[in-house]
Amino acid sequence: MHPIRKKRLTIVLFLLVGLGIAVGLTTYALRQNINLFYDPTQISAGEAPVDVRIRAGGMVEEGSVLRDPDSLMVEFKVTDFNASVPVQYTGILPDLFAEGQGVVAMGRLDQNGRFVADQVLAKHDENYMPPEVADALEKASKGQHKASGSAETVSY
Amino acid sequence: MWQFFHKLGSPKWFFGIAARLMPWLLAGGILLLMAGIVWGLAFAPKDYLQGNSYRIIFIHVPTAFLAQSVYVMMAVAAVVTLVWRMKLADVFVKSVAPVGLVLTFLSLFTGAVWGKPTWGTWWVWDARLTSMLILLFLYGGVIALDRAINDEKSAARAVSVLVLVGVVNIPIIQYSVEWWNTLHQPSTFKLTEKPSMPAEMWVPLLLSVLGLYLLFGWLACLRMQTEILLREQRTRWVKDYVLVGRG
Repeated sequence: MHPIRKKRLTIVLFLLVGLGIAVGLTTYALRQNINLFYDPTQISAGEAPVDVRIRAGGMVEEGSVLRDPDSLMVEFKVTDFNASVPVQYTGILPDLFAEGQGVVAMGRLDQNGRFVADQVLAKHDENYMPPEVADALEKASKGQHKASGSAETVSY
Repeated sequence: MWQFFHKLGSPKWFFGIAARLMPWLLAGGILLLMAGIVWGLAFAPKDYLQGNSYRIIFIHVPTAFLAQSVYVMMAVAAVVTLVWRMKLADVFVKSVAPVGLVLTFLSLFTGAVWGKPTWGTWWVWDARLTSMLILLFLYGGVIALDRAINDEKSAARAVSVLVLVGVVNIPIIQYSVEWWNTLHQPSTFKLTEKPSMPAEMWVPLLLSVLGLYLLFGWLACLRMQTEILLREQRTRWVKDYVLVGRG
């Protein structure tokens, strides 16, 4: 290769590597701010600030959704299968909100460790499947539970 | 091999090759894209959770995929411009930047339209969405910088450096959903694993991605041809081409 081109190529490579390191360190330093939400483990470990507007995310715990019959108030628990946080929300939930589905809630953590949300967003995963397949999977997993004697409570 | 590389540097040679390739790229692109989209929108099964609203994936994923790979292609061309001073590489960057901008905008727009019924919001400042918005601004910056500098050679170098600086954003977009907590779900297509959906969903998706690639190839050739004619307007072959027609 021509020496001048070699020199230019080296400069370009240095530019790229230097930039990569700079951006890498910056994003590493800002990782807590880049994370969209705190997960239940962080919240129960006291990492999330109290009475500051934050987001909390995780799975809606099975069987934890309680709806107030007279208002739009809903209470549910958000879990990451390690810790869980009670969430209170008044308003209309997104269509995808369901037990066992992911959510991201925005709101404040109160003194008692309850998360008072003013916005609840539904999160979905990349596992798209036809309804028939989902039904079949559910049936299969229910059959297993019957066979192994309700193992469901153990996993929480 | 080196001879091919040098030929590639010749605008006239590329002009001819592009003219021969374009009908195939156009026909293949339209065919694959139509097949993928019609199959995806009308015949693929609906999702168990999202119902029919997930079908926007057949437009969202191809545009987002292309938006990123067009930028990577531009970065490769930028290295070629900086190191080898090849004119065609600069023509490529200049010609495809607006296409990339439109693709990025479309992916952001379809993403917002998809987000409203599924997540419950048009926009959220999570890592994936924000880094994609930065990509949109990068494309805008590349176009603006190119327009701002009158001298062709200095414009080419400045634009190349900007494109290279921006390329660090591409791995951030790609891995944002794995490195940080985001509202956006993980990638649909991964290089190492099978997609986590049945074949009747991912095959049409793959078809539309490939179709859009071919269509992009056609558009890139067309825009590059125009740019070449503009830049080489004083040369003999362009005068002949314009006056006599093809040949």
